[in-house]
Amino acid sequence: MIKTEIAVIGGGPAGLCAAIEGTKAGAKVLVIDENSKPGGQLFKQIHKFFGSREHQAGVRGFQIGEKLLEQSRELEIEVWLNSEVCGLDSDKNLWVVRDKKESIKVIAERVIIATGAVENSIYFPGWDLPGVMGAGAAQTMININRVLPGKKVLMVGSGNVGVIVSYQLLQAGAEVVAVVDAAPKLGGYGVHTAKVCRAGVPFYTSHTILKAWGSECVEGAVIVRLDNSWNPVTGSEKFLDVDTICIATGLTPLSELAWMAGCKFEFIPELGGHVPLHDRFMETTVSGIYVAGDISGIEEASTAMDEGRIAGVNAAASLGYIDDDKRKKMTEKLWKRLNSLRCGPFGEKRKSSKDRLLTFRGEA
Amino acid sequence: MLRVENHVVLGKIQRGRKVTIIVDGEKVEVFEGEMIAAALMASGKKVFRYTKKHGKPRGVYCGIGRCTDCIMTVNGIPNVRTCITPVEDGMVIKTQRGLGEWRSDTGDD
Ligand SMILES: Cc1cc2nc3c(=O)[nH]c(=O)nc-3n(C[C@H](O)[C@H](O)[C@H](O)COP(=O)(O)OP(=O)(O)OC[C@H]3O[C@@H](n4cnc5c(N)ncnc54)[C@H](O)[C@@H]3O)c2cc1C
Ligand code: FES
Repeated sequence: MIKTEIAVIGGGPAGLCAAIEGTKAGAKVLVIDENSKPGGQLFKQIHKFFGSREHQAGVRGFQIGEKLLEQSRELEIEVWLNSEVCGLDSDKNLWVVRDKKESIKVIAERVIIATGAVENSIYFPGWDLPGVMGAGAAQTMININRVLPGKKVLMVGSGNVGVIVSYQLLQAGAEVVAVVDAAPKLGGYGVHTAKVCRAGVPFYTSHTILKAWGSECVEGAVIVRLDNSWNPVTGSEKFLDVDTICIATGLTPLSELAWMAGCKFEFIPELGGHVPLHDRFMETTVSGIYVAGDISGIEEASTAMDEGRIAGVNAAASLGYIDDDKRKKMTEKLWKRLNSLRCGPFGEKRKSSKDRLLTFRGEA
Repeated sequence: MLRVENHVVLGKIQRGRKVTIIVDGEKVEVFEGEMIAAALMASGKKVFRYTKKHGKPRGVYCGIGRCTDCIMTVNGIPNVRTCITPVEDGMVIKTQRGLGEWRSDTGDD
């Protein structure tokens, strides 16, 4: 059995920033992550980030990740890697399995859940063939593992992840045969979409995948046009010679531990599905349990980092490490930064959804 | 060639020393520290297991340890998520059928 003041579950951008703020305030923090390396999804994000200078706009994701790791080392934050949190209760007891060998109980005074998200699937004949994978999986393969999952790729979904990963597949030497999107309009940030367009990749809007074809793995795909009511138009089928099909149709918060601990949830499709209710300080309906990053609504790494900072500051403050005045000031400052990220056509929708989430707690 | 040796943003690949693993009885040269799934993919392997009921092929789906599609029998232990398990010299890896079998001798099933 081990005791700590703040246990942070997940060492991605949200978790690391929470741990850094908590430690800077003086609290004893333990970060637990099931991976062999910290950083979550950040190290596969090799594109330049948007936002203001404070958000390190223009810096690439993995470089931000390196800075966070350096800071964590300087602050001597304790990080358990290869450690899965398998259980969490409302009294903030954690059940952790370390190195697939040892079962440890961790008793924490505060818990920050920053477990991130999982990619959504869509279902079509052949969707279970090897060669069909999440776009994020392909991104992990090329940018972290440095292996191409295939040579000829069909990207399903033209949102941010779809276009970013398409470009990164091109950078890694794959051919992106097509990007399809069921919606009549493209969904991603213009900058990324334009780069993929300029590389000559055809975009098919109002199109979806009809089926994947192959005996042991993907050998081809059939796409089809959709009419105004989103029904396939017979005769518009097109065969594509591909060996890999990437699915970029959104993410869902990875929230099992919050359910387990008894946190209340609300269904907000714009944020990725069921999201744990939380207040402006990122505290859930269970006292002393906080959330930050994708688990509290799918956004991006920059917002995940600021949410992590808010959770870290407030968890430490509730333990007496930061006085109320300072805590409020720090929180407000971070909210301002968050709001500046949540603008534009994509951000506005997230902001209004986040505001809606707060109204359930009688805030906002 | 499926390995991304040189990358416009990330530069030249940095990796561990060459080691040998045994995949379904065949020796395969891989690099220490890389994930089993990545090493297999680089060698052109896509089918990592067959499902229990219908015997359908499965490979990498999420790449981050969430979906269990990529599980194989590693050193006699079935259901190992190969996308988040690094290779080790001499590792014995087998395409898994169904739920696999626990055995210590890593021999043929
Ligand atoms: C595969 C993938 C690729 C993505 N690519 C992009 C992109 O290119 N651009 C973009 O803007 N956004 C991308 N996203 C969205 C991305 O989730 C955010 O940008 C950001 O990384 C969210 O940060 P986070 O800290 O909330 O979660 P993450 O970065 O996912 O970190 C969560 C961490 O928690 C750990 N964890 C989870 N459960 C447990 C447990 N029970 N026990 C221990 N540890 C646990 C995970 O292993 C992980 O390290 C991607 C998401 C995924 C899943
Ligand atoms: S591919 Fe999903 S767990 Fe390995």
